[in-house]
Amino acid sequence: MQDAAAVADTRAAASAAIALSGIDITFNLKNGGRYQAVKAISMAVADGEFVAVVGPTGCGKSTLLNAAAGLLQPSAGKVGILGEPLAGINLRAGYLFQLDALMPWKTALQNVAVALEPQGVCAREAEERARDWLARVGLRAFTDRYPHMLSGGQKKRVALAQVLIRNPKILLMDEPFGPLDAQTRQIMGNLLLDLWSKDRKAVMFVTHDLEEAISLSDRVVVMSAGPAATIIGDYRVSLKRPRDIADIRLDRDFHAIHRQIWQTLKVEVQKAYAAGEGREMA
Amino acid sequence: MNAHSRLKITLLQILVAIGFLLAWHVTTTTALFAEPRKMQFFFSTPIDVIARTWKQLSGGEIWYHLGITLTETVLAFVFGATGGVLCGFVFARKELLAAVFDPYIKAANALPRVVLAPIFALWFGLGIWSKVALGFTLVFFIVFFAVYQGVREVSQTVLANARMLGMSERQLMRHVYWPAAMTWMFSSLHTSVGFALVGAVVGEYLGSAAGLGYKIHEAESVFDVTGVFSGMLILTIFVLILDAIVTMIENRLLVWRPGQASTSANG
Repeated sequence: MQDAAAVADTRAAASAAIALSGIDITFNLKNGGRYQAVKAISMAVADGEFVAVVGPTGCGKSTLLNAAAGLLQPSAGKVGILGEPLAGINLRAGYLFQLDALMPWKTALQNVAVALEPQGVCAREAEERARDWLARVGLRAFTDRYPHMLSGGQKKRVALAQVLIRNPKILLMDEPFGPLDAQTRQIMGNLLLDLWSKDRKAVMFVTHDLEEAISLSDRVVVMSAGPAATIIGDYRVSLKRPRDIADIRLDRDFHAIHRQIWQTLKVEVQKAYAAGEGREMA
Repeated sequence: MNAHSRLKITLLQILVAIGFLLAWHVTTTTALFAEPRKMQFFFSTPIDVIARTWKQLSGGEIWYHLGITLTETVLAFVFGATGGVLCGFVFARKELLAAVFDPYIKAANALPRVVLAPIFALWFGLGIWSKVALGFTLVFFIVFFAVYQGVREVSQTVLANARMLGMSERQLMRHVYWPAAMTWMFSSLHTSVGFALVGAVVGEYLGSAAGLGYKIHEAESVFDVTGVFSGMLILTIFVLILDAIVTMIENRLLVWRPGQASTSANG
């Protein structure tokens, strides 16, 4: 990258909600070997920006997200959160997981209310606010259900309320709607956009679904196939908001940008697929 | 399972019991295999056993013995479960401790606990404490392994999520590790209560002056087969009641677990 651009980049990174610079992540394998998941990744998410990170399965995009969350220490590089270097868990961020992350021994209400305990909110107030948040995600009638009594979509709603009740500055999402069926995904996508539009948090949304990425985000970052995955594309999505996830897929501009990004992504998906085949053969 | 087949199964179950009692009755009261008096010496008769059991239960003495056995069972369970939960918890959280003690715990668990009964009698006397000690050694390991495994296998996602919510180490304990440990403790509840009782009865059987095990042993030593069977019957009823209570407690405390609650999951 050349000087002027680099300077502009650094300036943007300093004020960004999430600024990753020169991130390397290497794992020690059980058999003594080492696996480099991502290599020299630099990207930033500006305040109020919704950024989707797409890439083929196993490209290390979730790993990158975990580095931004502070759940994982990068082998090299710096993670900056709201202008400060990250140390330990990123408490300015809320994290929505792909798998069930609710405490199964707590009801929906208790799961949401407990998120306020680390902030020192008293139990009664926490419960009141949790009730309000459950209503906002459309679960007013399900407050006393345990997670196993809820459907997949309802569990995601609880998880969303649990994350948002803390009012984090940043949202990190790891294929949160991956396990859901197509219709539920659309409903959840619209719910997310609706909640997000109220205070525009910075969002880093990881997915392998390009359509989902485009329909939700302001920017799509494309990662190459692993190992040593890196960023190979960065596309602005200038579709107007507010959006409806289902309708926007019929938009002509949507198709144009989809075609453009898919040109890049397709190659990587095929690479990842070929590597996967090879691994299975071995 | 529909109502029809459940009724059918219940009827068949009753039929099996009747068939068994009938066969027992016929073989011990007729000269089909041997002289009835001889057969009765070895096998008693169902009517005698039931009559004796009824007499014992309506008399006062057996309740005293039942009380002793129950006390021993409860104490063995409470101490064993508490010790098992605490040790399991600490070992699961302290890798080094677990690694160092691993062979010793395995060795201790491999030892058949019955051989300890005479030693415990020597150490703790013939009263209830030697039985409690025997029951403790049985319950402890069941609960210990369950909790150890349970805490180590807490869902990594649930844990990561709790961390992201900003929970401190203490809050993680309270909201994640402890409930997980309790779940596993309760899932081993049936087995551990059963073993607490085994410890109590075996201990009594090997040396004591009170309790159900003592009563059965006493009847055996005078070749009172009716007394032995009647003691076994009372023991069985006792175990069934204890098990029903455990099931009730379990259903109360583990409502959140799939398959435990009867409420519909189709939300």
